[in-house]
Amino acid sequence: MDAINSSSARKDNLAMIIFVAVVLTAPLWGKLIGAGYPDLLQKFAIFGLFAIGFNLLFGLTGYLSFGHAVFLGVGSYTAAWSFKLLSMNPIPAVIFALLLSGLFAAAIGYVSLKRTGIYFAILTLAFAQMGYNLAYSVLTPITNGETGLRVLRSDPRIIDSAFGVQIEGSPIGSFFGIEMTGYSGFYFCAAMLIVGFYVALRVFRSPFGMKLVAIKSNQTRMEYTGYNPKPYLLTVFIISGMYAGLAGALMVIVDPLAGAERMQWTASGEVVLMTILGGVGTLVGPLLGAAVIKYFENIFSAINETVLQATFDFLPAGLQNFMVAVVHPFVGEGWHLTLGVLFMIVIIFMPGGIMEGIRRLTNWVRRRKE
Amino acid sequence: MSDNDDSYILEIIGVNKTFGGLKALSNINLKVKEGSTHAIIGPNGAGKSTLLNTCIAKLVPDSGSIIFAGRDLAHGITPHGINQIGVSRVFQTPEIFPKLSLLHNVMIPAFAKRDGFFRFNLFKWLRDEKKLKDEAMSYLDNLGLSDSAEVHAGSLSRGDKRRLELAMCLIQHPKLLLLDEPTAGMARHDTNRTIELLKDIREDGMTRIIIEHDMHVVFSLADRISVLAQGAIIAEDEPEAIKGHPGVREAYLGSAEI
Repeated sequence: MDAINSSSARKDNLAMIIFVAVVLTAPLWGKLIGAGYPDLLQKFAIFGLFAIGFNLLFGLTGYLSFGHAVFLGVGSYTAAWSFKLLSMNPIPAVIFALLLSGLFAAAIGYVSLKRTGIYFAILTLAFAQMGYNLAYSVLTPITNGETGLRVLRSDPRIIDSAFGVQIEGSPIGSFFGIEMTGYSGFYFCAAMLIVGFYVALRVFRSPFGMKLVAIKSNQTRMEYTGYNPKPYLLTVFIISGMYAGLAGALMVIVDPLAGAERMQWTASGEVVLMTILGGVGTLVGPLLGAAVIKYFENIFSAINETVLQATFDFLPAGLQNFMVAVVHPFVGEGWHLTLGVLFMIVIIFMPGGIMEGIRRLTNWVRRRKE
Repeated sequence: MSDNDDSYILEIIGVNKTFGGLKALSNINLKVKEGSTHAIIGPNGAGKSTLLNTCIAKLVPDSGSIIFAGRDLAHGITPHGINQIGVSRVFQTPEIFPKLSLLHNVMIPAFAKRDGFFRFNLFKWLRDEKKLKDEAMSYLDNLGLSDSAEVHAGSLSRGDKRRLELAMCLIQHPKLLLLDEPTAGMARHDTNRTIELLKDIREDGMTRIIIEHDMHVVFSLADRISVLAQGAIIAEDEPEAIKGHPGVREAYLGSAEI
């Protein structure tokens, strides 16, 4: 909400510059927190995009979609088919994923937005579960069911073959010769993230964004001011779905495989958690939330008993075993437990998410200085 | 103003409304002249707000029609459609945007007035809308709210919310303004200020229908008064005549201070 009220050109430009700098130097600062490897950084960027797009809908209008993963899946399958039929170049994959997820969002949004609140959430959830089940069973010719859709060497790839591009080994996304793996894959995702963040910033700072917050704030007054809220809501729903489609396409671009599990309700729930954890209605919050969750998933789940034993090695034997026994349930397979505890702490003490924590901290520091 | 029928901007013809067994409005007929201020008074529960609700598509009357500028407001029109043809309303419980600043509260109707209702302005910077901002500020200034322009509207007192809502309606220059107790919850000083303001905007040719309990407000503003009791109009006349009307005294004014 403050993101809407306080805005000046200088502040926004500064924020954008800092954002670009932080994203581009991610491999450097990533090392400091043990996240300096491309797979994880790619996930930060991809799920960051997903969450930023989700927040455009949820954060600005208050409409909680519980089925956003369906657009993630649509984006993934579209990108995979673009790889199979056209080219291993990520650009057409991204374009077609945006178009198709936008189309799906228009159809699903049109129906779901007939209701508000919990009924809207349930409608979107129903659509997503339908999508998941279709992808899993009925649409097997398109989605390859539970095995997942693979990109094969023998696929036609019309554009690539017209230009005589040969593929050696397993097919990998290739941006005019640069293979979309490792850090080059990350930088492609990072470029998309920067564009996505800029678009989100423009939406937040536009009259359109202000009207969306107005719809969230008081729909009755909006109607008696002459606005029909529906076209506004549908537009932002489509934009939001396209972000998810883009994220889904990027998943395939860095790893050419699309599976139905990507559309399951847990994936839809995850983006809700990311957004709330980071800070609903803030620009950066959802990205932070996504990064924190993916970080926990990767780092904490990798810690096993041996690592714990080594960590508490400096303690006397009895105490060492005790500490290991206490901490063990929270790491490895049990990383969800840590996430749950973290989530509870944030919701109870900082309902505004991580961003509220940061705001409180800066206010406190400022007061200490005076 | 001539007495010919063309000068009526709003005609309520034979409107009935029942809730369950309760007859809320029975055969209401009311004509409002363009540019005039028409007050509707009556005891609590007389059906005043119900009548206004039928004028803005919040309630559909069981029978009858409400003709405004050639359109029937009672049937086949949406709330936003009603605003688009020039009807604005100040509600009994202020309907504002509590999560937005006062300035943005007033800018939203100003946007609708300037751009129409379907221009998204997705690719514009809000901060570049200086002219609109200035216009919004001048309206806030008129209502004495410019000092708190950056404050969230939700934190205002009830009286201030009402004045904000009035600013939001006025910036759209509606042809017909419906005021549901516009001064309730205001201090005497602010009430007088609002009366002055409403007197000033009379020059715009805006028609006002006002529901009010405060007789000081009613007799300061109204050109004509209708008295509503138990869902029916029991009297309609000029203010001076209403003051002396015996039936009105009995139904309503007997308990009110003039």
